[in-house]
Amino acid sequence: MSAFLLRCVLPLLLLAGCSGWQSALDPRADAAQELHGLFWLFTITCGIVWAVVMLVLAGALLRRPAAARPEEERGRAERRSGRVVGGAVAATVLVIAGLTLASFFATRGISADHPEALVVRLRGFQWWWEVTYDDPSPNWVFITANELHLPLGRPVRLELAAADVIHSFWVPNLAGKQDMIPGRDNVLAFTPTQAGTYRAQCAEFCGLQHAHMALQVVVETPEEFGRWRATQVAAAAAPESAEEVAGRAVLEGKACAACHTVRGTAAAGTLGPDLTHVGGRRNIAAGMLPTTRGAMAAWIADPQTIKPGNNMPMVPLSADELQAVSAYLVRLR
Amino acid sequence: MRVIPAALLLPLILAGCKREARETRLDPPVAEALGGVRVMANGISGQPPMVNAAQGEPYRNNAYQLAQGKRLYEWFNCQGCHADGGGASGPALMNGWWRYGPDAVSIFVTLRDGRPNGMPSFRDRLTTEQMWQLTGYLQNLGATVAATAAPSRNDAMQTRPAENRAPAMGALPVSPDR
Amino acid sequence: MTPAERDLRDAALEATEGAGALERRLERTWRTREGFWGALSTVDHKIIGRRYIVTAFAFLALGGVLAMLMRLQLARPESRFLSADLYNQIFTIHGANMMFLFAVPVAEAMAVYLVPLLVGTRNIAFPRLGAFSYWVYLFGGIMLWVAFILQTGPDVGWFAYVPLSGPQYASGKRADVWAQMITFTEISALAVAVEIVVTVLKQRAPGMSLDRIPIVVWAMLVMAFMIILAMPAVVTGSSVLIMDRLVGTHFFNPAEGGDVLLWQHLFWFFGHPEVYIIFLPSVGMLSTMLPSFVRRPIFGYLALVMSIMAIGVLAFGLWVHHMFTTGLPRLGESFFTASSMAIAVPAGTQIFCWIATIWLGRPVFRVPFLFILAFFFTFVLGGMTGVMVASVPLDTQLHDTYFVVAHFHYVLVGGAVFPLLGAIYYWFPKITGRMMSERIGRWVVGLLFLGFNFTFFPMHILGLQGMPRRIYAYPPELGWGGMNLFVSLCSIALAAGFLLFFVDAVRSARKGPPAGDNPWDASTLEWATTSPPPPYNFARIPVVTSAAPLWDERAALPVASGLSVNRRELLITTMGTATPEVRETSPQNSIWPFWAALATSVMLVWSIFSPWALVWASIPVAITLIGWFWPRGTPEDDA
Repeated sequence: MSAFLLRCVLPLLLLAGCSGWQSALDPRADAAQELHGLFWLFTITCGIVWAVVMLVLAGALLRRPAAARPEEERGRAERRSGRVVGGAVAATVLVIAGLTLASFFATRGISADHPEALVVRLRGFQWWWEVTYDDPSPNWVFITANELHLPLGRPVRLELAAADVIHSFWVPNLAGKQDMIPGRDNVLAFTPTQAGTYRAQCAEFCGLQHAHMALQVVVETPEEFGRWRATQVAAAAAPESAEEVAGRAVLEGKACAACHTVRGTAAAGTLGPDLTHVGGRRNIAAGMLPTTRGAMAAWIADPQTIKPGNNMPMVPLSADELQAVSAYLVRLR
Repeated sequence: MRVIPAALLLPLILAGCKREARETRLDPPVAEALGGVRVMANGISGQPPMVNAAQGEPYRNNAYQLAQGKRLYEWFNCQGCHADGGGASGPALMNGWWRYGPDAVSIFVTLRDGRPNGMPSFRDRLTTEQMWQLTGYLQNLGATVAATAAPSRNDAMQTRPAENRAPAMGALPVSPDR
Repeated sequence: MTPAERDLRDAALEATEGAGALERRLERTWRTREGFWGALSTVDHKIIGRRYIVTAFAFLALGGVLAMLMRLQLARPESRFLSADLYNQIFTIHGANMMFLFAVPVAEAMAVYLVPLLVGTRNIAFPRLGAFSYWVYLFGGIMLWVAFILQTGPDVGWFAYVPLSGPQYASGKRADVWAQMITFTEISALAVAVEIVVTVLKQRAPGMSLDRIPIVVWAMLVMAFMIILAMPAVVTGSSVLIMDRLVGTHFFNPAEGGDVLLWQHLFWFFGHPEVYIIFLPSVGMLSTMLPSFVRRPIFGYLALVMSIMAIGVLAFGLWVHHMFTTGLPRLGESFFTASSMAIAVPAGTQIFCWIATIWLGRPVFRVPFLFILAFFFTFVLGGMTGVMVASVPLDTQLHDTYFVVAHFHYVLVGGAVFPLLGAIYYWFPKITGRMMSERIGRWVVGLLFLGFNFTFFPMHILGLQGMPRRIYAYPPELGWGGMNLFVSLCSIALAAGFLLFFVDAVRSARKGPPAGDNPWDASTLEWATTSPPPPYNFARIPVVTSAAPLWDERAALPVASGLSVNRRELLITTMGTATPEVRETSPQNSIWPFWAALATSVMLVWSIFSPWALVWASIPVAITLIGWFWPRGTPEDDA
């Protein structure tokens, strides 16, 4: 009974889950599309096999064999069952072979590398992502963090590396996951086919804050991407109000500058995420908080309560300093 | 009869808790108190903050804190002058000889205020907690006896014996100063 | 005792002393001494097996408590019930505990108890090794849990990937505790595996040729061989890890030419066969229980045995499917896709044979049979998702998500724990002499079956919706909250089912109705003796003439005679046809395996802290081993 129920409820539940911005069931790139098709091929095939096996089992349980049958008839039944079992095994071999072939072809369809691809280097850190946009011209190379922008329809080649332990880069809406392994370089290639914002999350356990290691992927039109890129290449916006000027002084003078870089200021640390355009990113703290002035202040004031164990220390700041630095940072669009 | 195993277990529990606990957030008042070291006039030696002892000297005994300290050593480029502890343009840190005293307060003050001839001040680069973590690590680095807790070896810094092979002294030439 | 008395045979006894004398003599020869030291020094496979089973279930209960804590934490988004640090320890210990302290040991435990009875011998081969194995296992388990209480619980996941578990990123002794826990359980598993292999191959009752061995014994034999072949890989891995951490080697350090992936290969070369080490004994037990409930012999004996062997072989060729996202060469990945898929063929063959058995038989719906039905439903579903994760491209979406969590719980709980619980209901009367409650048993099956499916089925969907495994919190805006709450609520039913099972087991062991020798009217040899069996198992060794001896020889089982009654003696038979070869003595009780296990444990625990432990602590180990093998002039020594 509950078997039947589950089988009926399953598709409904799956449909209900079809609108996620971190979901394998809502493909928005060629690779994810291919995998989505493969997923349903496997699910339907396996579902049918499962249902048939359960039906036969139910038949075996419900049938009432004659109490006493002659020896000869029983022998016939045994032989017939032998043939049926043999047939079932042969059918299993066929189904398995078919599914294996299907996954071979899917692999070949996905792994195509494109010469025109946009190359982005991603490095996993405990517990954030460093994003480097590569370009033949050094003027166009820049580093950002925790947010990846991709132009719609252009093949992209993500070069994945790890700075400390193993991480795994996974944007379910765009492609399958690929591990970031210290001492090795991995590549993930796909072409986004639909604009939107998707969420990536580390999929390999990487320590205390594995749960809070997310990355936004923004797929936008080539024009929007071009504009974004031009902004990112530029140095940080100059502070305008007096508060922002004070904020920059806090950033440069306090411990912030030891770990973070804000291009165009004295802050040039390389241990934490690049903050040159932090105000333009949707989230801070690797996807934990929205980029608002209040959230920024909360984060700077007490990072260890929000994300226990992360590498950002609690730097003692006065209330004014805290106000100023968070005002300055959210202005860095 | 039952008292004996319980009595045996208790110090074990206390030792285990102290050694392995992972205190990720230090209360701001405690952090501030940790900065309250009283130093002798010549800048060498002094009295560590009471709160350090009250907490059970976590920066000396706790594996997690020591590991944090080791990470800071690498991150804040202590290697630039001191190499992996053996010394380069800066003095060695693991030969048991300390120009400004071997005790925690001296090392802490060195980190905080800097010293003549090139040791910079990290007052605005590290929090007090981080300076204590680094102090604990440095004391451990130069330890001549095995400590109750030791940071494990680093994947990258390999020009010296692994910290967990304490005492590290035997593997290095003893400083001629001693 | 004169030499003649030492070699007094049972055949001679009857003529001189009359009826009942044989049992009295055997009882005196094989008994376990009373009292504390007697309990510590017993080598009776039934007592050791019973302890093993009870201990394994105690660890199951503890692991279950951890699982409930995790569900409590995940019931709400961004919950702060457990800290990240504690949650990481809890899921690591849940996994390590269930795999290394419950699933594998309980399979071995059932083998230690059942195999000698099933093959009709008086004790397991190398019984002192069995005692040693149990103590090592117990001390290893205690070490893990004490470490957890001392905040030193491993927090690196049950497969402890380097470099997270390596020297630089896992400070303190937590990962070392994990690595030594592995060493403990592997030592004990290897010891039991050797015993099982020798018992099955050399101690079968006369006439029990290879084609008459109960399928469970085949499964245990294949499991034992798999342990012997797979475990050394992980012992190597964990020892090398502890060397990296303790003495500064660089096996897994890429900065110095080591390799991070080497760890994954070593671990999964063991880790995948491990799954089948857990699964095969359960399907073996299922195959042996099934005939009793459909009132006919198993269908396709040969096909089933061949499937078990095929799974045993194939299991070693698909470890890489745990590493599909690490970026290995495409050709290699394709090979491992094919081999992972191929294992569905023998697994399917087994399912078809069991269904044919039911089809041709007349089912009797008792509790063990209900567990078998629950097994079919869940395991076949788990097998289907197994086919899905075996595909490289598909696995890149499913790997390390809750889909995989659901999948392996379906195959491990559905495929191994359900048949195991059925087996407990089935063999409980043999072990204790009392029946478990049929009424409570039905509740247990119902609660476990529904609770399990409603707890774990939604996890498939959560995984597809992008929920990675091993996260202690998740943001509310992703919409996973509702289903997680549902899962957490349903897990209460699952926990209630297990609780009821424990209640039933404890209650029935004390005042369940007496069972009689063969309550299920089963066909295999263990039911030919009393329940619970006497220390010597069989007063006379049975002679086997068919695959279902108790059904084909209903009047009286033929027996062999000629074994000594004043010393512990077994009948050794040939491997193929089980023709009697020689009489062989079996060791007496000894306290030394206990001391040896204690010395070994001291060495292993100490080696977490200092490599010198291997030097100094090997001295007590050597002393205890000398004590163990020192000749004492017992009747057993002169044969």
